[in-house]
Amino acid sequence: MKGIAASPGIVIAKVFKFEKPDIMIDHNTISEKETRAEVQRFNKAKLKTKNQLSDIAKKTLAAMGKEESKIFDAQIMVAEDPMFQQQIEQNINDKRLKAEAALDLAVKTFSAMFESLEDEYMRERAADIKDVGLRILYNLANVEIVSLNHLDAQVVIVAEDLTPSDTAQMDTEKVRGFVTNAGGRTSHTAIMARTLEIPAVVGTKEITSIVKGEETIIVDGIEGVVIVNPTEEELNVFQEKRQAYIEKIKALEKIKQLPAVTRDGRKVQLAANIGTPKDVQGALKSGAEGVGLYRTEFLYMNRTALPTEDEQFEAYKAVAVAMKDRPVIIRTLDIGGDKALSYMNFPKELNPFLGWRAVRMCLDRPDIFKTQLRAILRASDEGNLAIMYPMITGMNEIHRANELLETAKEELREKDTPFDEDIKIGIMIETPAAAVIADQLIKKVDFFSIGTNDLTQYTLAVDRGNEKIAHLYQPLHPAVLHLVKRIIDASHRAGKWTGLCGELAGDERAAILLLGMGLDEFSMSAVSIPKVKQMIRNASFREAQKLVEQVLEMGTAEAVKDCLDKFLKIRGL
Amino acid sequence: MFSKSIEITNHTGLHARPASDFVNEAKKFNCKIIVEKGDQKIDGKSILGLLGLGAGKGAKIIITADGTDEEEAVNQLVHLIHSFNG
Repeated sequence: MKGIAASPGIVIAKVFKFEKPDIMIDHNTISEKETRAEVQRFNKAKLKTKNQLSDIAKKTLAAMGKEESKIFDAQIMVAEDPMFQQQIEQNINDKRLKAEAALDLAVKTFSAMFESLEDEYMRERAADIKDVGLRILYNLANVEIVSLNHLDAQVVIVAEDLTPSDTAQMDTEKVRGFVTNAGGRTSHTAIMARTLEIPAVVGTKEITSIVKGEETIIVDGIEGVVIVNPTEEELNVFQEKRQAYIEKIKALEKIKQLPAVTRDGRKVQLAANIGTPKDVQGALKSGAEGVGLYRTEFLYMNRTALPTEDEQFEAYKAVAVAMKDRPVIIRTLDIGGDKALSYMNFPKELNPFLGWRAVRMCLDRPDIFKTQLRAILRASDEGNLAIMYPMITGMNEIHRANELLETAKEELREKDTPFDEDIKIGIMIETPAAAVIADQLIKKVDFFSIGTNDLTQYTLAVDRGNEKIAHLYQPLHPAVLHLVKRIIDASHRAGKWTGLCGELAGDERAAILLLGMGLDEFSMSAVSIPKVKQMIRNASFREAQKLVEQVLEMGTAEAVKDCLDKFLKIRGL
Repeated sequence: MFSKSIEITNHTGLHARPASDFVNEAKKFNCKIIVEKGDQKIDGKSILGLLGLGAGKGAKIIITADGTDEEEAVNQLVHLIHSFNG
């Protein structure tokens, strides 16, 4: 049987069929006299539901944590919702429905409204509404709500679908996989399976009508295949497949902390992009050798005033200390235009991406910029920090930023505050202008970091956020690739280095090309590091260089993609 | 009765976390709160209503409150919407 592969892995275990009793809904109408009693019956069941949910929320908070318990706070909000209540009362009073039918109709109306939207958050709320509705329905019928908290053996759960309250109370130690009739890759069942790291196949439509319970079942969450009562041969095939998958995961685990060196000895650095000090743990766990991009915007967002120097210092210091001697590149404030701050007067602009943002704003507001620079400098005494200016288009900006940096340093020296006198300075290359004059710019700085997201947008004149032209946003467009090569070469000619901190670094297909171009540092989201590292460790630098020569002759992004796919496939990378 | 109109300027709009923050804030007041967008009118204390309203970035809404603490309620909610920016 085929379904949607929702969480990778292969498991062979016994079926546990999770069935909820069906409640027959009486659709007969009632007399006007009976309506009051029905509203009261509904209110009582709703109150009971609210109490049960509060109880589950508390237990979940204690057992699993705040993130997991949040879903029940959202469900309580739905149970208490005045419009939900109003609609049910209307269904009882005006349509003369019994409480069960009135509830069912309201649940269907609201969940249908949210389910139709292309938005994961709204779909989750639709699941909440159904989940809460079912709970109220059971309470109306005085039927006990079954839960998965007592499982005797290691099982695969087979169900119509799993709701947040099902999984929150589940005995996770015993659950080895999920197979459901309903759901897609973003359904609650799928998300939960990925969190628990167990295989899941969803959207099979009919699994519950095929199994009775206790059968042996194979769940292949990689291909989306489910086999009930497998033959001896099928068992053997999947045992092997399972073993291969486990080996692959183990192999990634093993190389995670090893250096990123190609077979022929070219060593590069794999680093993580982070947004807050909290992200450092995940970065180190994934084997990051540094932080290639620390986005400082979060320090300035969701608040009512600018962060003080001390507040910033604490955050930068936390990252510096946690990374020990590993390099951390702090990008100075990259805000303005589309990312405005409520407490600052950003003018409304017609073209925010071409407007008063990033280093342009910082140079106009030396008070803000110098506060940040002093905070970074002070923290540089605690670890291995570097400073990077965003959105540079020419020499003057670097010159002016460095002047302000010099004043900041002078201010600290006057107060005998220690900082790293040799702190390295780099710039982000994300405009075609900077790429074209990279040979000049490198004279003034210690390193480059390519921001491919913006470089692509500016080079191709394609707004990243405009869906109508989304297909034109092509980071592998030859124009972008030629600029990237030009930037790397310029830094090497000056005996310096180039990193890259866009999405591209974490894409294996692009990474092989960047490797061949001589990129020195790849900075990406932490989760991508192990697979890119494995690819690099199995690759040959010389072959990647030849690949670059070939690719730079091409005229379209499609041709580049095809060529890269073939290269990776032939070499088994 | 007290009303104010405001444009939603944060990226997420009155959606997800901002929407539930709005409802939680609205619930703190005794007065009745209505949120209007175009010809749609919903109860400001209803998360389902607010999410259904779909007030994304750039949407103009009117917040109206009716009751003893109406003025404070509207001002607090407008302030909250401003704080979503950034």
